[in-house]
Amino acid sequence: MSDRQYELVYILPPDTTEQQVAELQAKVEEVVTRLSGTIASTDNWGRKRLAYEIARHKEGYYVLQTINGSGELMKELDRRLKVMDIVIRQMIVRVDEAKKVVDTVQTRRRTNSERRRVKRGLPPQRQPGEGRPAGEPDDQDDDRFEVGEV
Amino acid sequence: MPPFGQGRSGGGGGGRGRAGDKKAGDKEKGQRRTLFRRRKVCKFCADKIDDINYKDVKLIGPFVPERGKILPRRISGTCAKHQRKLQTAIKRARQIALIPYVTE
Repeated sequence: MSDRQYELVYILPPDTTEQQVAELQAKVEEVVTRLSGTIASTDNWGRKRLAYEIARHKEGYYVLQTINGSGELMKELDRRLKVMDIVIRQMIVRVDEAKKVVDTVQTRRRTNSERRRVKRGLPPQRQPGEGRPAGEPDDQDDDRFEVGEV
Repeated sequence: MPPFGQGRSGGGGGGRGRAGDKKAGDKEKGQRRTLFRRRKVCKFCADKIDDINYKDVKLIGPFVPERGKILPRRISGTCAKHQRKLQTAIKRARQIALIPYVTE
C-alpha cells in the first residue's frame, strides 16, 4: 500500500554548486529506494528570489521532486533533510488525492459538455473559430479587486 | 431526543450569524451602488481552473495584496470552495518563500 504520491520541495543556498546538488539528490534517492519508494520526477527550478530572508539568504536554489512512497518514507526523509545544514527549507505535500479530485472534475466537465453538444447536434469537440475568440475576455476592465476596505 | 433539541438550538445560533452577515452586506451594497457596482464572479469558476496549486505564483499572486495578507472573499468575489483551496495554496507557497508572510 505505498501508492501515495508526495511532492518534496527543498531550498538550498544560492551558492550551491551543481555537484552539491547532485550529491544531495543522490542521498535523497538512496533513502527513497531503501524504503521501497520511487522518484517519479525531479525538477530543478534553479535560483529564485525568496519572498523573505531565510538564514540570511535572499535567493535560493529550488528543487522539486515527486516521490511515490509510504508515509513512513516521507517522515524519514523530512527528518533527514531537517538535519542537513545545506537545506535551508523543505516542504512535503501529499498530492495523489488532490490530483484524483482534479481529474474527476475535469473528465466530468468534458463528458458533460460533449454530451450536451451531441444533443444539440454538434460534433463533440469544439471546432476552431467557434465561440468567443480566445484572448478576448468578455470583460475588458478587469476590476474584480477594488481594495478599498480591508 | 434531548440531544436533537440541542442541535436545533445550535442551528438557531447559525441562523443568527447569517442574519448579521446579511445586514452588513446590505449596508455595503447600499453604499456601493451609489459609487460603483462591481461584477463579482469567482475567478476560478469563471476560468474553469480546478487545480489551485501552490507552485503557481502567477495564479495566486493577485489574491495576495502588497501587505501579504490573503484577500478576503468579500472583495475578490471568490466562491467558498475555491477560497478554501486558495487559502491552502497561499499558505503552502508562503512556507517555501514564494509568497511573503508579511511585507512592510
